[in-house]
Amino acid sequence: MPVLTCRGLRKEFGDHVVLDGLDLTVEEHQVVALIGASGSGKSTLLRCVNLLEELDDGIIELDGEEISDPRVDPDLVRRRIGMVFQSYNLFPHLTVLENVTLAPRKVHRRVRAEAEAQARELLDRVGLGAKAGAYPDRLSGGQQQRVAIVRALANSPRLMLLDEVTSALDPELVGEVLAMIRDLKADGMTMVLATHEMGFAREVADQVCFLDGGTVVEAGPPAQVLGEPTQPRTRQFLHRIIEAGRL
Amino acid sequence: MSLAQHTPSPAQQRRAAYRRRQTIRSVLVAASSTAALGTLLVLAVTGAPGWDRVRESFLDPGIARDALPAVLSGLWLNIRLLVCCAAGALLLGLLIALLRTLRGPVFFPVRALAAGYTYTFRGLPLIIVLYVLTLGVPGLRLQGMPSVLVLGGLALVLTYGGYLAEVFRAGIESIHPSQLAAARSLGLTYRQTMRHVVLPQAVRRVAPPLLNDVVALQKDVGLVSLAGPIDAVRAAQISTAETFNYTPYILAGVLFVLMAIPLIAVTDWVTLRSARRQSGG
Repeated sequence: MPVLTCRGLRKEFGDHVVLDGLDLTVEEHQVVALIGASGSGKSTLLRCVNLLEELDDGIIELDGEEISDPRVDPDLVRRRIGMVFQSYNLFPHLTVLENVTLAPRKVHRRVRAEAEAQARELLDRVGLGAKAGAYPDRLSGGQQQRVAIVRALANSPRLMLLDEVTSALDPELVGEVLAMIRDLKADGMTMVLATHEMGFAREVADQVCFLDGGTVVEAGPPAQVLGEPTQPRTRQFLHRIIEAGRL
Repeated sequence: MSLAQHTPSPAQQRRAAYRRRQTIRSVLVAASSTAALGTLLVLAVTGAPGWDRVRESFLDPGIARDALPAVLSGLWLNIRLLVCCAAGALLLGLLIALLRTLRGPVFFPVRALAAGYTYTFRGLPLIIVLYVLTLGVPGLRLQGMPSVLVLGGLALVLTYGGYLAEVFRAGIESIHPSQLAAARSLGLTYRQTMRHVVLPQAVRRVAPPLLNDVVALQKDVGLVSLAGPIDAVRAAQISTAETFNYTPYILAGVLFVLMAIPLIAVTDWVTLRSARRQSGG
């Protein structure tokens, strides 16, 4: 059974149709990369899956359960999904350790010592153990984003949604975040990531989906979608990316 | 390249010497202009034709000494009222602000009531609230009616609660939606998000204006004397009526300023600290 199934998703903001009958299936341990121009609906899709946006039509299933049903408690769904944002969104008034342990303690009702031990272990694994007591504004962008990923992982999510997690970073800091995502894939984490890093998508994704006009225009293995695209719109998009020197 | 090993270049040494001279010069200029203005002010006031008469009726040390015990005991009432009313108004303000952020149709009446409250009590003059509560309400002759002092304090809490609620609400609304999205995406409920993510940041951000309102409250607590209880200003008024000398008023004023200084200093310190934090320093 797929971890995530989206069928006919539709989302409008005023007159603007952002998602227009979008379909997507993500199997267990699979990494799906969403590519496409700004405004093609990548972020909106991720926010809809995490129930941060209300759908205007369509069905989303997580492990076979329809989570787009309004009777489903969104808080229970979100515990099973980890989300990482472009601008990190760490809580500035909490230390790194408190950021990571907030959800385990308040949502999963773990005792403090247990939550902190787990958080320290996760932070140590990504080389941020020494920063546990620091406030986010003392960290580099790359470190902040890695803490944000650890914070999402502390919930032991079934699925990770990564929304352009390297777009706000200085070029020399992108590598450390990508390395962490690579490790997640090696651990078998199921992930959907919206990205502008075509090289990374090619390397890490099992499937690349090109979004345009609110639908998946082309989907397939990275070598096919990025190497020999069949759709003219995909070719056009990749051509612009190559011109900008990003592939 | 360590810091200790660096010897300033001749150009930097010249710049440093120039800046030192400029600093000395500006200190001298500030000192002499302050002295000149001070002298002028003293001459203008003491040289005025009525100065001797004013000094006798406003600045009589003997009368100040006699009035001091009464004014101080009045001031003690001010302090007690201030502490209770500030705590009450802060709690009420926070509660009202939270009620106004509740969503969902069930909470419509609560939201409407909270909004109506802030509109009414920010518009209503404090003196009218005081009169209604301390003179009108006891007239109902209900069982267990609290004292006039408690009713007066309630009037202050109700009025200032309205202002503080709006300050709290501004703070809550200033927290970026991405913070809420991050908290909700972790599975925190709306209440947990408010409690652990939004409110701590909001209260820190609005601490300076909140304290500023407490400083204003400090002066207004004395208005309960309109209903009978004797505060510092009322005590000064009584001794003035006995001696036909206004010195007790000046005494009370000085005491009020002295009492406000610590609170204002704390406000300035908190403002400075939050400004530093926001600039990432």
